[in-house]
Amino acid sequence: MGEQRGALGGAVNGSSLPTSAPTSPGRVVLVTGGSRGIGLGCARRFQALGDKVAVTYCTAPPTELAGPERDSVDLLPVRCDVRDPEQVDAAFAAVEEAFGPVEVLVANAGVTKDTLLLRMSEEAWAEVLDTDLTGVYRVVRRGLGPMVRAHRGRIVLMSSVVAFFGSPGQVNYGAAKAGLVGLARSLAREVGSRGITVNVVAPGVVDTDMIASLGEQRVEQLLALVPLGRRASPADVAGAVAFLASDDAAYITGAVLPVDGGLAMGM
Amino acid sequence: MADDASFDKFKACAIDVLQVPADKVVPEARFGDDLDADSLDLVELVMALEEAFDVTVDESELEGIETVGQAYELISAKL
Repeated sequence: MGEQRGALGGAVNGSSLPTSAPTSPGRVVLVTGGSRGIGLGCARRFQALGDKVAVTYCTAPPTELAGPERDSVDLLPVRCDVRDPEQVDAAFAAVEEAFGPVEVLVANAGVTKDTLLLRMSEEAWAEVLDTDLTGVYRVVRRGLGPMVRAHRGRIVLMSSVVAFFGSPGQVNYGAAKAGLVGLARSLAREVGSRGITVNVVAPGVVDTDMIASLGEQRVEQLLALVPLGRRASPADVAGAVAFLASDDAAYITGAVLPVDGGLAMGM
Repeated sequence: MADDASFDKFKACAIDVLQVPADKVVPEARFGDDLDADSLDLVELVMALEEAFDVTVDESELEGIETVGQAYELISAKL
């Protein structure tokens, strides 16, 4: 079932480490929050590359599971609320049972609960932090053990331009998304010796339900500040994620890759 | 080290996780100096031992554990 656990185990010791990506195609990929938007775009991209892709969903599974290529493996939908460690464990167990250990983890699941800080309740703060930051801790913690044992793996965390650029009404979301950068960089130092890379993607204005909830006026304001002058498609973000998970990104870890059309360049 | 079977099981975990030859896993071997294990190796070893022996090891119990013999004593005291 594509399980090659420990294939490099004997060779990896000391300082001359190959940062080895799981061999594409046929990798086991898990995308959290993969039923729509950026997550689904990432899942489709990996599916088109020939990987075995599972997606977690919280409310509704993706409606179309077949991939864009004729020979691609159907998406495996797994219900998982990342606020619940038991559901996270069960989701990984389901993927491991179907495909084998997860080799590429895209921690993408996130929510917003926007309001100005003066009106932001403890609940609105806690809910967003619990999903967008602590949820990533739970997912990565569960997924990391098999990668450490296999001496390889790729972790990509979905941050946001809001982490660097700020956004009124998104103090909770911005804090969580900035937190992911710190999480990724410390983790990159912990697991670099195992050939595991941990990187962050920071999308800007992407054509998703989440952005639509900002309202057309706010979106137009933001687009006026985007050098490329348009919103991103989920596929634009998926390209960056696929790159960070590829052999070409073998020497990249702890990096933040903005996919924001230049909105927050230099931040 | 009264129970040879338990030590053999312990040794098998160490060989598997740390990728070291069997003859190096002796009670006086130091994880860092003799077995070339880093902190992540030790976390992995503890997790493997917890699973193999069906025990739980608290973080605080690991303080001061530097040799194979000390680690084995910690585990065997829980059996």
